[in-house]
Amino acid sequence: MWQGMFSVFVLFGLWQAAGALRVGGIGDIPTPVDVARALVDATQTSRYWSSWAISGERVAIGFLAGTLIGVPVALALGMNRTLRGIVFPVMETLRPVPPLAWVPLSILFWPTLELSIIFVIFLGAFFSVALNVLGGVDAVDPSLLRAARSMGARPRHIFWMIVLPATIPAIVTGMALGMGLTWEIVIAAEMIAGKAGLGYLAWEGFVNGSLVSILVAMVSIGIGGFLSCGLIWVLGQRATPWQRKS
Amino acid sequence: MAVMGNDRFGEIEVRAVSKAFGTEAGRKLVLEDCSFTVTRGKLNVLVGPSGCGKTTIVNLLAGYESPTSGSVLLDGKVAGAPDWSRLVVFQESALFPWMTVLGNVTFGPRVRESMGRKAVRLEAMRLLDNVGLGEFAHKYPFQLSGGMQRRAELARAMINQPKVMLMDEPFRGLDAMTRELMQEYYLKLFEESGRTNLFVTSDLEEAIFLADRLIILTIPPTRVKKVLEINLPRPRRIEVLTSKQFLEIKQVALEALHEEALKAFSSDRKGAADLVEAFSKRVGSTPLVPGV
Repeated sequence: MWQGMFSVFVLFGLWQAAGALRVGGIGDIPTPVDVARALVDATQTSRYWSSWAISGERVAIGFLAGTLIGVPVALALGMNRTLRGIVFPVMETLRPVPPLAWVPLSILFWPTLELSIIFVIFLGAFFSVALNVLGGVDAVDPSLLRAARSMGARPRHIFWMIVLPATIPAIVTGMALGMGLTWEIVIAAEMIAGKAGLGYLAWEGFVNGSLVSILVAMVSIGIGGFLSCGLIWVLGQRATPWQRKS
Repeated sequence: MAVMGNDRFGEIEVRAVSKAFGTEAGRKLVLEDCSFTVTRGKLNVLVGPSGCGKTTIVNLLAGYESPTSGSVLLDGKVAGAPDWSRLVVFQESALFPWMTVLGNVTFGPRVRESMGRKAVRLEAMRLLDNVGLGEFAHKYPFQLSGGMQRRAELARAMINQPKVMLMDEPFRGLDAMTRELMQEYYLKLFEESGRTNLFVTSDLEEAIFLADRLIILTIPPTRVKKVLEINLPRPRRIEVLTSKQFLEIKQVALEALHEEALKAFSSDRKGAADLVEAFSKRVGSTPLVPGV
């Protein structure tokens, strides 16, 4: 923990020093102190908080939809060979298309801009979660399945008592990676198509030539991603008390 | 309750079983015309060098594999797919990591709904007390030592009242001290229940210490070399290892294994070195094969 604090402190220290010494390039960027001041000022405005709310809501809806659909779909594909044979090739075809490449089509297809942004976020979360969970199902230790079957476990027991708990760590990993990805997507989508949100805030700073506004938005996005991913890891730890703490 | 010959327990007959793996081109014959009986109510021990097909035999008996020719009979009927009539305790722990020890032990009865909830719990606790894990009922497997995990697995298998218990080198990989303790625990459990057991090992001393019947295997393609009835008194204590009777049995067993070692050696088999190494350390200063 203290190592982490130390390195972050050094980063900010170097950044601040570069500003104070007017080092070429980096020196032209506002210093951490400037950014912190601007951030405190920003928190006094309702526009800042509404940007948080708008981006947060998009992330939450897209992410939850992606998870709630991705987890069961992947479990079903993992358990049923026939279904997997039919559906998996389609998923593999669509997966390499970056979510942001969906933005134009999404805007044309969905009736509102809001829905189109959420859809793109959903796609990112869905693939991340689904592929991790599918990998998790495949990685279930065969000797455990063998032991369970030999003691008389039926398919429903195998699913609920073996496969599902064995897959929880993969679900958590998929969700955490998916959450990171959704933040990337929401910011980019807001820059391309948004009228509000933290990504739009950064873009607006760019359009107005205000470096400090861009940095305030970037720091805010970083905080958002850190907190939401951290929350998932903490909940994941709680959900798997049988794992050795690493 | 040492009930011998009780039909709660089973007898497995391995009748002229051969098992080959691989394609027509690269066919490898592991077992050839192998016949023996896992006698009812006895602790049968299979001993042979690593790579002689012991695990294949366990898989055939448990039903995870089927013989290329010949048959495996449980109480006179062909032993089919794996079920709880023949449960295996493997080398590697197969405890469910997300269930507590108690959850693991009650698994079989829970999925088969074969006992009431309270009865299952009571029986599980009784078995756990028997293997010295009463206080660890609510721990997860990762919180147990290797020896404790094997004991938990023993309890998890026994609650299902298997007709035959199959033990596939279960104490391999444990340190010497733990291993000795495990052998004593295991003997105590066997002596109390009188259940049919097949215990597979590559350690001759362990084999003789545990066995009622010692089944010595040949080098591959494997068949039975010799069956020895071990009449050491029960309950057995570790002191028996130094008794005259024990050493005599060991001598006979070693001679049989020595023959196999020489055979392997002269035919220049890959497994020969293993075989010689596994058994030569047991005869003290006299090397089994000259020059080794």
